[in-house]
Amino acid sequence: MSGPSLMDSLFQRTLEDLIKGLRQQLIGEQAFISKALEEIRKEIKSTDLSTKSTALLKLSYLSSLHFHDMSFATFHALEVLSSPRFSHKKIAYHGISLSFHDSTPVLLLITNHLRKDLTSTNEFEVSLSLQCLSRIANVDLARDLTPEVFILLSSNKLYVRKKAIAVVLRVFEKYPDSVRVCFKRLVENLENSDPQILSAVVGVFCELACKDARSYLPLAPEFYKILVNSKNNWILIKVLKIFTKLASLEPRLAKRVVEPICDHMRRTGAKSLLFECVQTVVTSLSEYDSAVRLAVGKIREFLVDEDPNLKYLGLRALSIVAPKHLWAVSENKEVVIKSLSDADPNIKIGSLRLVMAMVSEHSVAEISRVLVNYALKSDPEFCNEILGSILSTCSRNLYEIIVDFDWYVSLLGEMSKIPHCQKGEEIENQLIDIGMRVKDVRPELVHVSRDLLIDPALLGNTFLHRVLSAAAWASGEYVEFSRNPLELMEALLQPRTCLLPPHIRAIYIQSAFKVLVFCLSTYLMQWGSTASSASPDNLRSGVSASVSYESFDNLSVENGADATVTRGQTYTSASITNESILNLLNLVELALGPLFESPDVEVQERARNVLGFIDLTKLELLNSSVQGEKDLERRGVECSKTIELMHDAFSKELGPVSLSAQGKVYLPDGLMLVENLVGMEMICADIEPPSSNLFSFGIPYEEKDGVSFSNLQIEADSEESNEATSLLAEHRKRHGLYYLPLGKSEIISNDYPPANDPTLQGNINDNADDLVKLTEESLVPKRKSNHAKPRPVVVKLDEVDAKPVGVKKAEYKDDSLSGAVRDFLYGMKDMVPTSSQSNLPGKASSKRKGKEKQHTDPHVETKGNLVDYGNPSSRRRKHRSHGKERKHRSAREKNAEEREDTGQKEKEKSSYCHGRHKSRQRAEEPLNVSAQTTVIPDFLL
Amino acid sequence: MGIRFILMVNKQGQTRLAQYYEWLTLEERRALEGEIVRKCLARNEQQCSFVEHRNYKIVYRRYASLFFLVGVDNDENELAILEFIHLLVETMDRHFGNVCELDIMFHLEKAHFMLEEMVMNGSIVETSKANILTPIQLMDKSS
Repeated sequence: MSGPSLMDSLFQRTLEDLIKGLRQQLIGEQAFISKALEEIRKEIKSTDLSTKSTALLKLSYLSSLHFHDMSFATFHALEVLSSPRFSHKKIAYHGISLSFHDSTPVLLLITNHLRKDLTSTNEFEVSLSLQCLSRIANVDLARDLTPEVFILLSSNKLYVRKKAIAVVLRVFEKYPDSVRVCFKRLVENLENSDPQILSAVVGVFCELACKDARSYLPLAPEFYKILVNSKNNWILIKVLKIFTKLASLEPRLAKRVVEPICDHMRRTGAKSLLFECVQTVVTSLSEYDSAVRLAVGKIREFLVDEDPNLKYLGLRALSIVAPKHLWAVSENKEVVIKSLSDADPNIKIGSLRLVMAMVSEHSVAEISRVLVNYALKSDPEFCNEILGSILSTCSRNLYEIIVDFDWYVSLLGEMSKIPHCQKGEEIENQLIDIGMRVKDVRPELVHVSRDLLIDPALLGNTFLHRVLSAAAWASGEYVEFSRNPLELMEALLQPRTCLLPPHIRAIYIQSAFKVLVFCLSTYLMQWGSTASSASPDNLRSGVSASVSYESFDNLSVENGADATVTRGQTYTSASITNESILNLLNLVELALGPLFESPDVEVQERARNVLGFIDLTKLELLNSSVQGEKDLERRGVECSKTIELMHDAFSKELGPVSLSAQGKVYLPDGLMLVENLVGMEMICADIEPPSSNLFSFGIPYEEKDGVSFSNLQIEADSEESNEATSLLAEHRKRHGLYYLPLGKSEIISNDYPPANDPTLQGNINDNADDLVKLTEESLVPKRKSNHAKPRPVVVKLDEVDAKPVGVKKAEYKDDSLSGAVRDFLYGMKDMVPTSSQSNLPGKASSKRKGKEKQHTDPHVETKGNLVDYGNPSSRRRKHRSHGKERKHRSAREKNAEEREDTGQKEKEKSSYCHGRHKSRQRAEEPLNVSAQTTVIPDFLL
Repeated sequence: MGIRFILMVNKQGQTRLAQYYEWLTLEERRALEGEIVRKCLARNEQQCSFVEHRNYKIVYRRYASLFFLVGVDNDENELAILEFIHLLVETMDRHFGNVCELDIMFHLEKAHFMLEEMVMNGSIVETSKANILTPIQLMDKSS
């Protein structure tokens, strides 16, 4: 039996052999490792502990660096742990910390090993087991080993005590009840002057306070003392982190700490501490102007430093300070904008965020222009980063900062033409959204859309397809603002549209349909007016058409004569002639003909719709054009009616629909959806052959559900009505709430210069300095000529667009840990100690007793608490009891009690009170404890 | 919990040490290390030492052929972590004498023990080189 074991250990590869072998192997790393794993699996079963431990060590190595599962060895690790030799133990603990986790099956078997080592006299064994516990403790381990950890918390070996303190964090987290036992000793360690201990205990409190700061407010005096006295930067950084959390909860505390923190900021040479101070000030002390100014000064030093790390952190600190103190950013805008061209993408993104933070109603145009030009020159990733942030900033809160929507729409168009642009989807959404919400912008929207549609090169860019789809939709929907519908039609039907995905192509075809109908109806109207036989219908559309022409007349004057644009009424008579209509129809037929057989149903169906419509009207139109005028009048009536009908249908405005609109439609009386569905269920259960008529389902149940069914049928009938327009009008009348307000589009006075003047773009050079110059003016808030034109109405819907009701306050997490801590801290001084500290059960019960006693105290009238100020512990008692909301307790009665057990108490907490006393002496101002429900005892004030 | 993990990775992207302070499965670790190493090794000297990755901040620093990467919580102080990395390197340097990648490879468990002395539960508990190394040396003697 000893043979193989001896052989094993003699010829076993050590970890060093393994590593060397791994470096020199010729058979491939994976093959070598699996061979080694095979050996390990054998060796680890050995009865010889040395062999076993070496195998475990090798396995830990492979697991840690080569991702090999070592869960099969968990039990073997425990066996090695039971070895009396320290070197084996070390290996075992190492392996266990690497591989054990909450759901390891043998986890509980380790409890006794740990307990043994925790009580060992060898401090290294204790330390190993504490380290291990800090990694693997679960609820059971934490609960079972709490007493041992408690004892170690006051060990006289600093080395052990330090680790015991650190392990407490994990124990608390897993088993909150341990707070009752250990918390006091943990707090006592805050008074320790040894930097090792202090470092550990501050670290623990820093982590605890991150989770729930409020519970630790009573310890503020201790932290304050450390903040003022400690010379260790590591500790100071942690304490500052704690104060960052505490100060935002308790303004009085903020007032106390702001000076010491500023002192540190002025004095320290360590950048890490300096940065922590800056962070604390900008996060939690932003009301203290002098402190903020000092911090911003330091941030500036960071920003201009050569070190990219400092620059990055400076930018981040600025972005924290930006929301409350925008001046800090404006002061440093030069550096910020220069950083846009930094070599480091992280810094670039940081500065981009800051630039966007500077954007306001007045500066948005210029900043966006600068950024878009900058995006043209940057790498694709950053380019899209820029575009994304422009899009999200400008659309924030329903385009809150946009005054000039014409400018914004043309910016969107320009953005989509940037070669790297991949934000098609977002631009699409915004174009459509703006089109529906902002009436005044529609002419410009159509203009921008036309520019996009007409460029055949854009169709090749797949990222742009979404934008093109929006452009196509907008130009179809708002075709009445188009300067040249015929040109638009050509753009919509150009051959390269075959590059589009089918669903977007379908939108193109539908828009072409709308344009076609518009052209035909304009043609008819114009013919009608020349024939001076305008029917009332024609008159109506004639009015609206002339109004729209007027508006674009202004536009064209404004933008300078475009070759293709003819003005006003002359346009109607001049450009839409019989010939052009004929050409138009031919073009449509030519372009859509092949789509008759399109494999995509949507495209096919829409193409057939258009062609069908043409079939319906073409013949008569053609005939009428060759016949005499009288004939034309007579024959044209039929097709003109069709065209008018379609035109009416298309000219109804689509408005944004609230998500909750459906819920606002009243349920018709007698409509019983539930019952019907119940009926359906029963039928479905019977598995009847499906009937062709849906309503035949109802027949067997007609007796029962007669009423509801007839209602349904009435509804269905009414839906079948093909009078789409009248229905729409009716719907509008009933639910006007969900529609855009009716009324003629305002005639816009375009008295501002076009935002995207191409000549301006020529000025922009690649240099970041020029960017700085350009933005210089824009960052200064000033009244701009923009305001000559009022911001157009942006349609808002009730709930959907309502501003999110302020971010919900961070819910007070009453998890068991902070609950326990709170109970403990606020109740700590209430108890009257009757037994020694080390006697745990006794202590707990005494605490409970103390509490009960106070609950049953008779309420005696207060006679004044003059002595209170002299006696710190009694004062603290008082506030503690406020914290527990036992407000009726009289001070006098407490004082009496106080005197009784002062001696005992002083003994118990002499070191404790001493520290507090010092810090409390600073302020003697009267307390304000009335308003708060969870009163924060202001020990510090 | 402050520090979430500490990695030492060589220029070729091979992990030389991995210490995690929260439990991740092997697969999660493999994926995480791959992503982080790719991200950080692609950066040059002129760029800052901080990278955001998932919900971590990675603070890294290069010493000769070895990258030290520390994954921390969002509110951890980056500069302090850089100092911590430097302290770690100095400590190892003092222990091994002119430390190099091979020292860490062949004495991985020792490097782990040093880290155990410095960091517990993800927070830095010891920052004095002497205090870190004395127990390591004593433990070596006693075993």
